[in-house]
Amino acid sequence: MTSISLYSPRNPMLKKRDDFEDMLEERRSSSDLKYAFKCYTPVLYKGLPPCKTTMLKSMVLQSDQLHYVINQISKETGEVAGAIQEEASAILEEMAHRLQLSTVRFFAFALTKAFKTLFRSISVNEEGIQRLQQAIQDHPVVLLPSHRSYMDFLLMSYILYTYDLALPVIAAGMDFMGMKIVGEMLRMSGAFFIRRSFGGDKLYWAVFSEYVKTMLRNGMAPVEFFLEGTRSRTCKSLTPKLGLLNIVMEPFLKGEVFDVSLVPVSISYERILEESLYARELLGVPKPKESTSGLFKARKVLGENYGSIHVYFGHPVSVRTLSEGRVNRCEFNLQPRFIPRKPSDDTQSFVNDVAYRLVRAQEENMVLMPWVLLASLLLQAHYRGPGCSALGPEPDPHHHHGMTLEELTLQAVWLRGLVRGFGAFLHWPDDKPPSEVVSASMSLHQGLVRVSDGRVWLLLKEPGGPGPGTPEERLLGVAVAVLSCASYRNQVLHVFLRPSLLATAIHIASSGRKEEVFNTFSFLRNMLANEFILCPGAAVQDFEEACQQLVKSGALQVSQQQVTATDRGQPTLAFLTDMLEPFLQGYQVVCRYLCEEASESLTEKDFVPAVRNFTVKLILAGNLRYCEALSSDLQKNALAALLRLGAVHRVNGGEQVTLKVDKMVLNSLTDTLGGKLPTQKSLLARL
Amino acid sequence: MASDGISNSGIPDRQQIAQQRLRIIAGHLQKPLDTSDGRIRALECNAPDNQPSGATTKTVPRRRQEVMKWNGWGYSDSRFHFNKKGQAEFTGKRYRLSGMIMPSLKDWFEGTFGANIQHKNFASAVLSPGAVRPPTLNEAFTEEVRSTGIPYSSDAEDRVFRGHGHCLHEIFALREGKVGRVPDMVVWPNCHNDVVKIVELACKHNVCLIPYGGGTSVSSALECPPEEARSIVSLDTSQMNRILWIDEKNLTAHVEAGIVGQDLERLLGESGYCTGHEPDSMEFSSLGGWVATRASGMKKNIYGNIEDLLVHVKMVTPRGVVEKSCLVPRMSTGPDIHHFILGSEGTLGVVTEVTIKIRPLPEYQKYGSVVFPNFEMGVACLREVAKQRCAPASIRLVDNEQFQFGHALKPQVSSMFTSFLEGLKKFYITKFKGFDPQHLCVATLLFEGDREKVLQHEKQVYDIAAKFGGLAAGEDNGQRGYMLTFVIAYLRDLGMDHFVIGESFETSVPWDRVLDVCRNVKERITRECKDKGVQFTPFSTCRVTQTYDAGACVYFYFAFNSRGLGDPVRVYEQVEHAARQEILANGGSLSHHHGVGKLRKAWMRETLSEVGMGMLKSVKDYVDPENIFGSGNLL
Ligand SMILES: Cc1cc2nc3c(=O)[nH]c(=O)nc-3n(C[C@H](O)[C@H](O)[C@H](O)COP(=O)(O)OP(=O)(O)OC[C@H]3O[C@@H](n4cnc5c(N)ncnc54)[C@H](O)[C@@H]3O)c2cc1C
Repeated sequence: MTSISLYSPRNPMLKKRDDFEDMLEERRSSSDLKYAFKCYTPVLYKGLPPCKTTMLKSMVLQSDQLHYVINQISKETGEVAGAIQEEASAILEEMAHRLQLSTVRFFAFALTKAFKTLFRSISVNEEGIQRLQQAIQDHPVVLLPSHRSYMDFLLMSYILYTYDLALPVIAAGMDFMGMKIVGEMLRMSGAFFIRRSFGGDKLYWAVFSEYVKTMLRNGMAPVEFFLEGTRSRTCKSLTPKLGLLNIVMEPFLKGEVFDVSLVPVSISYERILEESLYARELLGVPKPKESTSGLFKARKVLGENYGSIHVYFGHPVSVRTLSEGRVNRCEFNLQPRFIPRKPSDDTQSFVNDVAYRLVRAQEENMVLMPWVLLASLLLQAHYRGPGCSALGPEPDPHHHHGMTLEELTLQAVWLRGLVRGFGAFLHWPDDKPPSEVVSASMSLHQGLVRVSDGRVWLLLKEPGGPGPGTPEERLLGVAVAVLSCASYRNQVLHVFLRPSLLATAIHIASSGRKEEVFNTFSFLRNMLANEFILCPGAAVQDFEEACQQLVKSGALQVSQQQVTATDRGQPTLAFLTDMLEPFLQGYQVVCRYLCEEASESLTEKDFVPAVRNFTVKLILAGNLRYCEALSSDLQKNALAALLRLGAVHRVNGGEQVTLKVDKMVLNSLTDTLGGKLPTQKSLLARL
Repeated sequence: MASDGISNSGIPDRQQIAQQRLRIIAGHLQKPLDTSDGRIRALECNAPDNQPSGATTKTVPRRRQEVMKWNGWGYSDSRFHFNKKGQAEFTGKRYRLSGMIMPSLKDWFEGTFGANIQHKNFASAVLSPGAVRPPTLNEAFTEEVRSTGIPYSSDAEDRVFRGHGHCLHEIFALREGKVGRVPDMVVWPNCHNDVVKIVELACKHNVCLIPYGGGTSVSSALECPPEEARSIVSLDTSQMNRILWIDEKNLTAHVEAGIVGQDLERLLGESGYCTGHEPDSMEFSSLGGWVATRASGMKKNIYGNIEDLLVHVKMVTPRGVVEKSCLVPRMSTGPDIHHFILGSEGTLGVVTEVTIKIRPLPEYQKYGSVVFPNFEMGVACLREVAKQRCAPASIRLVDNEQFQFGHALKPQVSSMFTSFLEGLKKFYITKFKGFDPQHLCVATLLFEGDREKVLQHEKQVYDIAAKFGGLAAGEDNGQRGYMLTFVIAYLRDLGMDHFVIGESFETSVPWDRVLDVCRNVKERITRECKDKGVQFTPFSTCRVTQTYDAGACVYFYFAFNSRGLGDPVRVYEQVEHAARQEILANGGSLSHHHGVGKLRKAWMRETLSEVGMGMLKSVKDYVDPENIFGSGNLL
């Protein structure tokens, strides 16, 4: 795996990144209408003329691939092929985009208006745009933006339109289709719609994959989709979904195109439109259905300032280059290529690796605003304070310790040095005094933080939320604020992840023997593999990277046998362990729940609400201070990890899937996680 | 057919037919004599003056260097060069193009390669005696050979000539005067029995034998393994070149394996027959070489490939002579032992005599061509033609680059080449509107048979072509396409004179992958060249040269300007290696007809599977346990 050259050199300090240009600047000084009607003449793949969607549809319907599947289904079910063909045609109708320049122009106009009021700037790395332009001419291109907001794909198309690049065709979830007009408009701006789940539906899969592959093979338009599958409500990257990536790689693997370029795009929002919406969703307050009226209600956001957006177009990654020495394309030689076929294990693990690498590439080019550092510090301070356990019936305002503004500024400056040392893409205006940077950040995030009397603390009551009510309701209010704040801290987590795992491993491990620290590190890494982006099979590499970073920052000394924390490294190590603590605590809560409370008949469906209730009780009883444990995202990830590690099993019982706990495995995992057991070889072996 | 076919077809139809008829008649008149003659004389072959009539005009002397280039392609008198005016010219008198000037070649050459004809890199004219290491002779063997009376030599020139084929690296080294391990001795057996004696002696004295036919190998098959410590003897079959008999009842001829293609066809032609086996190298390549490499001729659609033409074959191995007991069209007697011999690339023994199918000379030949708007349509058309099983004797589709290359070779004045370019331009504006000159491509056709049928056949093919947007584009255009294949090897020498190096390679592919292979391999070449520091985009082009029921043969040309590169041959080899890798990854074969030799050995295991390799190996171990035929090809 090490040979994959997705990134710049090993030493993160050497990472060179492009400069940004604010694309709104020009919009503010020229006519929006003129812009919407500007001459738009993108260059296409090999200079081919654009292809009509009707042509695309007929190519899909006439493809050998589809015919094969239709005939197969016909043989299996006895249904006549013609009927299935019609079904396929209907699926395609429901799915296909109808890109129309006029609609794009409409969006260009409307979005310009909206963007200008919402955002201070939209900055794009223009070198990335140039690279993309070249890539589009050379090979079929797949755009892979990060996904944090509904806005993402409109924003992408907006940028490409502005720079005169070929408009992408975008895989969108079916939920948009619920919004009638908007759904159709999105379709006309290049979206195509896929059902959320079509697991065993062979026909659907065939139509869908052929549709995407036809576009790619013929280089009709860049294909865009979200590797993470859905918007990340937590603002940390989600582990990649492989379905579409498999599809877009296939034309290369089967030799139908010379190469495919994958372009990771990192979209960072200084303030996310959906901020508190996400927090509520994670806490189980049902999310509003994506409906047209819902979107219009979102208009109230229009009054606010959402700061800046940074969009970084990463280096196009050649699938051909990635696959060199990893994939033997000959595996497709002995069967006609129209027969759908599972790729070999090697190829599957290759695709999986690539997916992780790409998400990491997205992470690395995410621009971090100063606020994410402040949020990290404030959240840690919050947890060090009385935390959620102080939710008495009469919360004492003076209990909000927070920290002094000076302290925060000092710590922020210290942290700035640390993240930069770790290679983060920090956008900190060095020309301004730190205090100014800090207060500017806080004023943008007034909803989350309060300053008075020279002290700063998290605003734990949701603005406009319910007044004093039951402890549960108050807890919910606090949790919304904490999770909102955590969503900013989460943006910087990928920078600290590996060193944090190491710091925690040193903390838990019973000795400083390198081997043992590594074992604990691997254990933690494995445990948290559903939570964070950790490339499969890269434990050693990650460990080395973490050691290297911490040695460089002076926090560690590493010899052949021994890993030793230095004295001056204590603050760093403490900070790093604190970063992971909410997650480890959260996982332990889940484990405890499964050990202590889970009934024999616990269904998968009931899992999240049950854990949530359990957690609420723990918090209110003062036994847990980390209300991040309430996040359904964390709970689901923990469950996925436990399933993967064999501590829990799924049992298919008719309608419901129930969860069976293997207490032995679970207990030993819990103990190790809590630092009660040394990470034994035997345990590691089974992971 | 090199000069023959070409010269004929420029002549108006009626005249051409008349001429052909005459030839056929002349052949018939000669025949009874020839046949009886052959039958009697086949039995003994030692007497030099005892040869059947035809062979007296043999093309290939023992001292090949007297008529052929020792460090380039073909006849010494024939070569391209840029004259004082900077115009390309083809010297000599042998070919249709000989003595002609090709005014557009220079611009094409300089434009395509970013080359300059002022930049010269001529080959060293003579072989410096010091360049060749003295021979390692096996005295006892030499002594016994001498006593048999079979001619032999260990002259440096003779040895060097037989130490190579026509791969780029081989010719490139010779041009620079560099000579590696070459045979220590050359022997010229005159007949089957001579070969038996030589092989026996080689076994007795543990001498390494490498059979040599026409020397046109493009797989490093003739290269001597540098690590070979024994004396290496090149067994040159060129003097075994008689047609021993012709059997008109069964339409077979029994021929000695050293005969080269042009002699075989000429001699059979005198009797009104042909084999129809016409590899592009047929001027120089030999019957035995074809068998040993599984060669393919351009007219295989009518006559078949070498394996289809073969009725009987005799091979001398260290274990003795292997042959079947009868002359039958097919038999079911277990795995066909012919298939151990076909493609054995000189690793099992020497093919000495072959019974080959013959056909009456065709009454009528006609060239043709079709222009397609793009390569995709052209391939679709060829596929349809194959599906309907109505392929003409030859049908080839060249891509746009090669089409333009063809243009550049248009001679200045010639009656046979009507003003095609001008014609085509006009063509454009009138009929070809909508054909993009940067995309169009051409299929060249050759029809053979009786006149009626040819015309009918022609119509059928043009009708199919029309369905794929193809427009008939005249006979000249077709003919020129075929001419190109004969001169291309000469052109390579011209390129090398000006730092442009290149080569061709081929593969076979299933129909559904033809376009993918063509696209990906061409692009891979371009990309690899760039990666390896080649400044100017290489010339990377292909053509579909054969059609089959289940797929096609694709032929690539690849050349680039190597000026400024430290080690051009190494770059070339890396790119070719990558291209082959690409072919295999896209479902193409290791080779359709050039063979494996040593050049493509590395891929044999993945091509044949472990067991398959074992099967070949066990045959080798049985037939030649001492590795007397130690060229190291294939395995
Ligand atoms: C310009 C050019 C065009 C070509 N076009 C074609 C084409 O259209 N079709 C095609 O199939 N090939 C083509 N080739 C490749 C080459 O001509 C063939 O491989 C041909 O069959 C080689 O015959 P040869 O007599 O020259 O053999 P050589 O080059 O002398 O030898 C080739 C191999 O066969 C062995 N061999 C030769 N004679 C005997 C024998 N009597 N018994 C046992 N082993 C023997 C040699 O040891 C060696 O391993 C072309 C090559 C060139 C340079």
